[in-house]
Amino acid sequence: MTTSQPIPQEPPQLYAAREPIFPKRVSGKFRALKWWIMGVTLAIYYLTPWIRWDRGPNLPDQAVLVDLAGRRFYFFWIEIWPHEFYLVAGLLIMAGIGLFLFTAALGRVWCGYTCPQTVWTDLFILVERWIEGDRNARIRLWRSSYDLKKWRLRLTKWTAWLLIAIATGGAWVFYFADAPTLLVNLLTLEAPFVAYASIGVLTATTFVFGGFMREQVCIYMCPWPRIQAAMMDEETLTVSYREHRGEPRGKKHENRTGDCIDCMACVNVCPMGIDIRDGQQLECITCALCIDACDDIMDKIGKPRGLIDYLTLSDQVREEAGGAPRPIWQHILRLRTMIYTAIWAAIGVGLVVALFIRPEIDLTVAPERNPIFVTLSDGSIRNAYEVRLRNKHGDEREFRLSITSQDPLRIGLQGTPTLRVMVPADSSFNQRVYITARSDLEAASQSQSDVRIWVEDMTNGDRAHADTVFHGDSQ
Amino acid sequence: MADKNNTSEPDKTGHSWDGIEEYNNPLPRWWLWTFYVTIVWALIYTILYPAWPGINSATPGILGYSTRANVAEEIEAVSEANAGLDARLVETELGEVMADADLARYVTAGGAAVFRTYCAQCHGAGAAGVVGGYPNLLDDDWLWGGTKEEVYQTIAHGIRWETDDDTRYSEMPAFGEVLSSAEVKSVVEFVLQIGGEDHDADRAALGAPIFADNCASCHGDAGIGDPSLGAPNLTDAIWLYGSDREALSATVRYARFGIMPAWTGRLTESQLRQVTLYVHQLGGGE
Repeated sequence: MTTSQPIPQEPPQLYAAREPIFPKRVSGKFRALKWWIMGVTLAIYYLTPWIRWDRGPNLPDQAVLVDLAGRRFYFFWIEIWPHEFYLVAGLLIMAGIGLFLFTAALGRVWCGYTCPQTVWTDLFILVERWIEGDRNARIRLWRSSYDLKKWRLRLTKWTAWLLIAIATGGAWVFYFADAPTLLVNLLTLEAPFVAYASIGVLTATTFVFGGFMREQVCIYMCPWPRIQAAMMDEETLTVSYREHRGEPRGKKHENRTGDCIDCMACVNVCPMGIDIRDGQQLECITCALCIDACDDIMDKIGKPRGLIDYLTLSDQVREEAGGAPRPIWQHILRLRTMIYTAIWAAIGVGLVVALFIRPEIDLTVAPERNPIFVTLSDGSIRNAYEVRLRNKHGDEREFRLSITSQDPLRIGLQGTPTLRVMVPADSSFNQRVYITARSDLEAASQSQSDVRIWVEDMTNGDRAHADTVFHGDSQ
Repeated sequence: MADKNNTSEPDKTGHSWDGIEEYNNPLPRWWLWTFYVTIVWALIYTILYPAWPGINSATPGILGYSTRANVAEEIEAVSEANAGLDARLVETELGEVMADADLARYVTAGGAAVFRTYCAQCHGAGAAGVVGGYPNLLDDDWLWGGTKEEVYQTIAHGIRWETDDDTRYSEMPAFGEVLSSAEVKSVVEFVLQIGGEDHDADRAALGAPIFADNCASCHGDAGIGDPSLGAPNLTDAIWLYGSDREALSATVRYARFGIMPAWTGRLTESQLRQVTLYVHQLGGGE
């Protein structure tokens, strides 16, 4: 190993300061779409906890509520218990496959339009532009030294950001408690410490990530940009520059230059501070603002729109060879996206079915293992079971337990001579159950025999069952 | 895509090995600061919390934090919170406790904790006992009686626990000194017969009068035992020391003297009642 080059005079810097980015205001169809998405997603986030939903007297009336202490998740008419968490897991799998689908079809469309980091950064840039002016004014302000005017503008901006950040952190905690009550408690300083701590942390992250870190979060902190490269292919529609049409760039001279007049409009509007004409890049979140900026310029110089456009790599090759791009539906409707859609939809249908066939009463049975059986004085064999009964109704219900088995086994409940038990509203109830086999039965001397324990709701006759085993003395 | 206009070619470090050059993609500077912040954080943490190990102990930290002290505080808080329940439990008749839903929950949970701490060593975590002298508390057979009061008496004063004046003794003689080997064999067969086990009927017939003369005074004419004397029922399917001939002969020859400690003094009155009712509701209580 030999160094063939002389050591340079200045050693290279291992760390780089952040290059400030001053995105210019832009208007166009993608910008309009992004304003709509920002409005809708922010409204969903801030307002959802305040929607009321009547569930009856014993249950909370908040439409969306994660009740950690009570271990319940309420979503409008759906109530999820901890043992039904597979429904939430299913939703997460759907979200994952949904990301596969959208990335395969439209590249980083999540990053560009709906990622909270993008939405809040967009909001923070909007506020910044209102207070400090557009790109050029902001660059001038950045270069100027700190005088009274700069301090005034900066402090105004930071205050506005901070208010948004507090509202953002504040909205989060309302998902975990009754929103109106919690708001009063927060204002009267009676809310639990964890509420203030959550608001504090989320306020800080919103303020720092939206105001100062911005694209650094996407480039250096987020794993998604690294994963998405594996999910895109040459048929993926993504924001691209029609290089063959634009180059050579420069001042407009017919027949000598391409359509790109090197006006830098696409670079000036980019919130990531990159040049889309360099091709697909890790930094690009495909927010499509450069498309709006370039279309505007193309209109002004009388050239067709779409120098920067949603384009696939395959179309780029096709166009360079003189062909026409394939229609968009052909890029989107292809085997890969259809497989993703099919898996996504199958899980969705499965979840909906699982949701609707959920019984309103439920039981789980855990056989006692220590010891697995007890010999009684008359020689009969008794097994004990912990039976957890769940009553998902809003009122107290009487349940009756029974068994079915090959041999005539006897069932008995701990603490009561009857086979009936009252289960309080919207709760689970542990009941120890004994099953006994007379000594002359086969079950008493068999190591295992199957038993089915039934529970019946005495109010409406609903039944549920669980299968378990009876252990005999096989020695 | 090779691009002649691409101006964002990264800088190089200047290192070159056999013509292979290394790009310089500098890390963001804030990343470095974050690293320094974690170091400062770690140092502050070690000042505030127990951290640096010494020979006998670690530095205590200026916040005085201790997980052990936290646990002690929590235990203190729990026993304070339970003081009312404890008082109520001691005042309530044993027979009435389970009718009070709060007390019932308290004794079942508290009794289980007491049982696992003090009783499980002999009787097993599941209270199934061990064949060979440690009674199974889940079944419906009770050497010294299975009512709540009798269970309480056994737990509070123990069995054969000499320092407790109210402890109970069972006094089975070692019949090896009284009966011949053949007689012991016969009485063992008789016991197997009344216990419903496989036996030698002829031998058992010889054993019957021996049983009536020597054993029936405590175990009863029919062999059903007497809980007030700690004399086990010999006709049921439960054998504290096993039902094989060897174990039974040993019992007859040398007698058995099981011991259980008296828990008065070691457990509070509330704990005694908790564990009594816990054992009673395990499935065998009378």
